[in-house]
Amino acid sequence: MTKENTWIVCMRTVIVTVLYALAMLRAADALAADAAADDTFSQTVATLASTNFKVKERAVEALAQQRHPNTRAVLSALLDGTLYFRKSDQQVFIAEAKEDGLALTDPLTLQAAGSAPASELTRITTNNQLRKQIKGVLASFALTDPNAEVRLAAVREMMRSLDRESAEILRQRIEEESNDAVRRAMRSAVALADLDSSDVEVRLAAIETLRDDLSPEVFNRLSALLERNADGEYVEPDEKVRAAALAAVNSIKSWRNFYASIETLFFGLSLGSVLVLAAIGLAITFGVMGVINMAHGELIMLGAYTTYVIQQAMPSYIEASVLIAIPMAFLVSGSVGVLIERGIVRFLYGRPLETLLATFGVSLVLQQVVRDLFTANNRPVETPSWMAGSLQINEALSLTYNRLYVVVFMLAVFALLVIVLKRTRLGLQVRAVSMNRSMAKAMGVRTEWVDALTFGLGSGIAGVAGVALSQLTNVGPNLGQSYIIDSFMVVVFGGVGNLWGTLIGGMSLGVVNQMLEPHAGAVLAKIFVLIALILFIQRRPRGLFPQKGRAAEA
Amino acid sequence: MNTQSLPSLLFGDRGTKVFFGVLLAALVLVPILHLAVPADSGLHLSGYTMTLLGKYMTYALLAIAVDLVWGYCGILSLGHAAFFALGGYAMGMYLMRQIGPRGVYGHPVLPDFMVFLNWTELPWFWHGFDMFWFAALMVVIVPGALAFVFGWLAFRSRVTGVYLSIITQALTYALMLAFFRNDMGFGGNNGLTDFKEILGFDINAPGTRVALFIASGIALALGYLACAYITRSRAGRVIQAVRDAESRARFLGYRIESYKLWVFTFSAVLAGIAGALYVPQVGIINPSEFQPINSIEVVIWVAVGGRGTLYGAVAGAVLVNYAKTYFTAALPEFWLYALGALFVIVTLFMPRGVVGLADRFAKKEPQVAEAVTA
Amino acid sequence: MRRKRILSGLAKLAAAVAVVAAGAAQAADTIKVGVLHSLSGTMAISETTLKDTVLMLIEEQNKKGGLLGKKLEPVVVDPASNWPLFAEKAEQLLVKDKVAVVFGCWTSVSRKSVLPVFEKHNGLLFYPVQYEGEESSRNVFYTGAAPNQQAIPAVDYLMNEVGVERWVLAGTDYVYPRTTNKILEAYLKSKGVKQEDIMINYTPFGHSDWQRIVADIKRFGSAGKKTAVVSTINGDANVPFYKELANQKISAEDIPVVAFSVGEEELSGIDTKPLVGHLAAWNYFMSVDTPANAEFIKKWHTFIKNPKRVTNDPMEAHYIGFNMWVKAVEKAGTTDVDKVIDAIIGVEVPNLTGGVAKMLPNHHITKPVLIGEVRADGQFDVVWQTDGLVPGDAWSDYLEGSKDIEADWVTLKCGNYNTKTKKCSGQNYE
Repeated sequence: MTKENTWIVCMRTVIVTVLYALAMLRAADALAADAAADDTFSQTVATLASTNFKVKERAVEALAQQRHPNTRAVLSALLDGTLYFRKSDQQVFIAEAKEDGLALTDPLTLQAAGSAPASELTRITTNNQLRKQIKGVLASFALTDPNAEVRLAAVREMMRSLDRESAEILRQRIEEESNDAVRRAMRSAVALADLDSSDVEVRLAAIETLRDDLSPEVFNRLSALLERNADGEYVEPDEKVRAAALAAVNSIKSWRNFYASIETLFFGLSLGSVLVLAAIGLAITFGVMGVINMAHGELIMLGAYTTYVIQQAMPSYIEASVLIAIPMAFLVSGSVGVLIERGIVRFLYGRPLETLLATFGVSLVLQQVVRDLFTANNRPVETPSWMAGSLQINEALSLTYNRLYVVVFMLAVFALLVIVLKRTRLGLQVRAVSMNRSMAKAMGVRTEWVDALTFGLGSGIAGVAGVALSQLTNVGPNLGQSYIIDSFMVVVFGGVGNLWGTLIGGMSLGVVNQMLEPHAGAVLAKIFVLIALILFIQRRPRGLFPQKGRAAEA
Repeated sequence: MNTQSLPSLLFGDRGTKVFFGVLLAALVLVPILHLAVPADSGLHLSGYTMTLLGKYMTYALLAIAVDLVWGYCGILSLGHAAFFALGGYAMGMYLMRQIGPRGVYGHPVLPDFMVFLNWTELPWFWHGFDMFWFAALMVVIVPGALAFVFGWLAFRSRVTGVYLSIITQALTYALMLAFFRNDMGFGGNNGLTDFKEILGFDINAPGTRVALFIASGIALALGYLACAYITRSRAGRVIQAVRDAESRARFLGYRIESYKLWVFTFSAVLAGIAGALYVPQVGIINPSEFQPINSIEVVIWVAVGGRGTLYGAVAGAVLVNYAKTYFTAALPEFWLYALGALFVIVTLFMPRGVVGLADRFAKKEPQVAEAVTA
Repeated sequence: MRRKRILSGLAKLAAAVAVVAAGAAQAADTIKVGVLHSLSGTMAISETTLKDTVLMLIEEQNKKGGLLGKKLEPVVVDPASNWPLFAEKAEQLLVKDKVAVVFGCWTSVSRKSVLPVFEKHNGLLFYPVQYEGEESSRNVFYTGAAPNQQAIPAVDYLMNEVGVERWVLAGTDYVYPRTTNKILEAYLKSKGVKQEDIMINYTPFGHSDWQRIVADIKRFGSAGKKTAVVSTINGDANVPFYKELANQKISAEDIPVVAFSVGEEELSGIDTKPLVGHLAAWNYFMSVDTPANAEFIKKWHTFIKNPKRVTNDPMEAHYIGFNMWVKAVEKAGTTDVDKVIDAIIGVEVPNLTGGVAKMLPNHHITKPVLIGEVRADGQFDVVWQTDGLVPGDAWSDYLEGSKDIEADWVTLKCGNYNTKTKKCSGQNYE
C-alpha cells in the first residue's frame, strides 16, 4: 500500500470511531448532554474567580457562547457585584447580604446553598471593559424582553459593537418586533451591517435607511465611507454610493447643528433658572424692602442642608425626600430670616449700607454654625431616581431631567410668588409698605409685622432654591458664597423691585453666558458677562425694568 | 486758625497726635530692637514680628484709603482690595523681572511660570517692569486709571449707594476670575512669588526688611497727611456735604461727580501703593487678594475703628488684624464667630467704632458730625 | 492726659509684641515638630486630616520612647488657607519655635509661598501631596507623587489596557493641571496620538455648570474611537461634573474618567452612585489588603475615635515622610538640618501597600502606581498596578524647558542643574 492509502485507512477508522461515539452519545439519555453542558458551565463559572481580568473576559465570552439557561443570572450577578467566591475552595456563589452574613445561591441550580459570614467570601470584581462586555451579552438576551424600552436599549447596545452574528440575530427579529421604534433601530443596525455588503444596491439601500438616523454610530460609519485610505483611494469604491453617503452625512450634520442650538438654548434656560431661583428671594428682600441681605446665600445653603438632614432622617424615602424638603426648607430658612429681621435688620431700615455689613456678619456666623454642626466637608445629598438621567428626544438631543425639573420648578415658584404678591392680602400690604411706609402705617397696616413676614418670605424662597441647588452642586458651607454675587447682579440687572425683571434678567444672563461659553470658555464667558453688566448698570442704573413712581426715590 | 499748616495737620486732634506718636515710636524702636539688640536678648524683636508690623501698616494705609471714600464721601466701595492687589501685582512684576536668569530654568528673561507653560516670549504688558521707576509708576497709574474710568462711568450716570457697592464688588470678582486664568500671563493661581532682589538688595536680608518696614511707615504717614489735608480743604468739605446730603450739594451748584471721581481715584492710588509695599514684605501676590470678602473685610476694619476719622481707620486695621493673627492660631473656629459678631455689634451699637466709644468715655464732644450714615 | 494716651498706645504695642513672642520660650528637652496645615478656610477640608495624621505619628513615636531619647513635641499653626499667611506661619515655626522639621502644605501655591522661607532659614519641609513637579529644593522632601508617578502610568493603563485613542484633558485652571496636561499632551503626541484626538479644557475653581462641557465631551467621544477623560478637576467642582456625566448618560464603560485629585476623603462627602466605575490613580488606596495598611487604619480609627473615617494617599505620604525623617535623624544622631538632609538620601522605609519607599537624591521617593475603580461604598477596587516601584522625577522629560534639567543633591548638589549649559540656576543660597 502507498503511504496515502495507509493515511486514508487510518482516517476512515478514526471517522468511524467518532461517528460511533457520537451515535452512542445521541442514544444516551438527554440528561447526559445536559450534564456535559452543566459541567462546562460550572467550569467556566469557576474561572471567574480569577484575579486576572483577561481570564474573566474569556470566561464571559465562553459563557455567552454556551448560552446556558443560567448564563443570564450569573452575568447579571457579576454585573451587580453579587457574585462571590469562597476563599477556602474557590467555589463561586451568587450571594445576597443578610444581617448575619451572606445568603448563598448556587449558580448552577439557582437553589439556596446556605449562608456564610462575609469574611469567608471574596467579591468578584469587574472593571469597565468587563462590564461593557457583560452588558453586550445581556443585551442579546434582552431582545425578547416584554418591555419595549429594554429592547430598544438592547438594540442600541448591540449597535455599538456590531458584528455579523449580532446583525443576523437582529435581522431575524425585525419581523417579530411589534414596536415601531425598536424596529427602526433594528433596521438601522442591520443597514449598518449591510454597508459592508459587496452588492452596490444593498449598500445604497442601507444608506437610504440610515439617512434619518442621528445616532453617532451611523454618522461615524457614513463619514468613514467618504475617507481616503493611505494610498489616496476612496475607501468606498463606488461613486454613487459615495454621493449618497455625502448627501446623508450633510443632512445629518445640519440636523445635528439644529439640535445643538436647541441644546444650547436649553442649557442657557436651565442656567438662567438656577440664577433666577437664587435671586428671586433677594428680589423680594432687596427689591421690595430695599434691604441688602448679604446672608441670602447662606439662607440658600440652609435650604440645601435641610434636604440633607431630611434624607438622613428618612433614608428609605429618598424618592420623596426632595418633595418633603421643599416646605421644610421654606420653614427653616424663612424662620431664620424672620429672626434676622427681628434681631438686626429692623434697627437699620433706611441705612442700606449698614444692613449690608451687619448681614454680612450674619453670613459668616451661619457658615461657621454649619461647619460646627456638619463639619467643613461637603455632605452627600442623593438624587432621587426620578430626577436622574435624561429625556431622550432623539439620538442627537437629550435633556437632563434634573435641569428640566429646575426650569419647571423655578416657573412654579415664580408663579406662586406673583400670585402671593398680587392676589393676597399680605401681598397688598407688602406692596403698600414698599411704596409708602408711613402712609401704609397711617392706613392701619401693621408695618412691622409685614416687614417680618416679607423678609421671611424672601428668605424662605431662598431655602427652596437651596433644595434645588442641592441636586445640582455641592452641599457645603461655601455653597451660598458662590451664588451671592450672581444673585445681586441678576436683581440689579433686572431692575430692583420688579419680579418680572428678575425673571427676564436671570434667563437672559443664563442664555448669553451659555452662548458665549463655546467660543470663549467658561471663565471668559463669565468675565464678559460681568463686565457687560457693569457697563449696563452705568448706562441704566435702575436696571432693565426700572421701578416707577415714588418708591424709585427710596 | 489755619487748619492746613503742617503742625495743625500733625497735631490737629488727639487721635492724630496719638497716631503719629505711636508711628514714630514704632519706626524708631522696631528697627533698633531688631538690628541692634542681640538675638538672645529678651528685648530682641524678630524679623518675623517686624514684617508682621510692616504688613499691618500697609493694611492701615489701605484702611485710610477706604475711609476716605466711605467715611468722608459716603461711597461704600466693596472693591478696594482690587486696587490694592493691582498695586501689588505691579510691584510683583518688577520683583519677578529682577529674578532675571536666576529662575529655576535659567531663562534670561521669562519668569519660571511662563517657561513651564511653554511660553516663548514675554507678553507685551510685562515689558518695562524690569525698571523700578516704571513699575513704581504703574503702581500708581494702573489702580488710578482703573478707578478713574470706573468712577467716571459710574458717577456720571449717578450710580450711587448700594448699586455702586454691588458693581464695585462685581469688578473685583471679575478681576479675580481674570487673574486666576493662567492664560492671562500673571501666573494664575500661584501668582507671583520666589522674589530675590529689590533695587539690587537681597529681599530677605534684615537690612532690606528694615528698609521696607520704614518705607511702609513713611507711606502710611504721608498717606495720612494727604488725606487729612484733603478732608480739611474746601474740597473736603464739599465731599462731606456729598456724604450727608448728596442732592442738596448738587443743587447748591457743586459738580459733585468730579469731586467724587477725584476722591475715588486718589483713594485707589493709595490702595495701590499699600499693595506695592505689602507684596515684598509677604513675598507673594496671587489672585485670592481680589476676593470680594477681602474688600468687605477692609470696610469692617474701618467700621470697627470708626469711620470718618483717619486714626479710627488705622486703629481698626491694626486691631482687627492683630485679633485675626492671634485667634486664627489660638482658636480657629472662634474666629468667624468673632468676626461675624463684630460686624453686627459695630453696625448696631457702635456707629462710630472704637474711636467713638473712646471719645464717649472721655466725655469729649465728637469732632465729626454724627450723620455719618450714607 | 495726652501723654498718658501715647504711653498707653505704646503699652498696647508692646503687649502685642509680647504675645506674639510668647511662643518662643520653651524648654529644650523635646524635639519640636512643626505642623503647617490649614485648619480653617477652603483647604481645611483636606488639610485637617493631615494635621491629625502627623499628631498620630508623633504620639506613636513617643510611645516608642521618642527620638534620640527625647520626646517629640508638635507645634501646630493654622495658615487658614491664606497663601501669604503660610509664609508668615512658616517663618514663625522656624524662627520663633525653632522646630526641627515641618510637615505641611497641600496646594502648590502654599508650597511656593513657604519655599523662600525654608531656604532662607534652612528649614526642613515634608510635602505630602501629588503635585506638578518642576521643583527640587534642598530644604524640601516631596513624598507625594510627581507627574511620572501618577499621570503617565494612568495614561499608559488607559492606552494599553483599555485601548483609549481619544483623550479629553479636563482640569481646573491652576498650575498643577496646566503642567500635568502639558506633560500628558507631549507624552501622548510622542506615542503617536494626533492633535485632533486631544481635547483640552480648563474651568475655574468650584465650577458648577458643566452642561456645556459634558455635552462637548459626549460629542468628542462619539467619533467612533474609544475615549477617556483625564481629570485634574479640583475638589468642589467634581460633584457637579460627575452628576452631569451620569445625567447625560455617559457611563464609565463608554467614557471612563480617570481622576488625579479624587480620593477616599473626597468621595466621603458625595453621593458616589454617579461615579461608580470611574477611575482614580494614586499610590495608595485604603482598600489595599496588606497587614501594614490594616494596622495603620486601625491606629487611625483609634486615634481619631471614629471608625468611619477613611485614609487616603497624602496620609500615606506623611506616614512615609515621617518614618523617613525619624530614620534619618537616628542615622545622623542629631536633628541638625544639614546632617539630616545628607543622611536621609537612600533611607528606605516600608510603605503601606507592601513595597518600600526610598528617598532619592532628587528629594523625591519611589512609589508604586495603582489604578482603582470607584465602588458604590466610596472605596476603590484596584484594577491595575505598576509592576515595580516608580522613582519620582522632579523635572519632566516631556516638557521643553525642563527636559535638560536634573536634580541631584548628592553628586551635583543642585536641584535644577542644566545638563546642556552645565549650570545650576535659581538657588536662593550659596
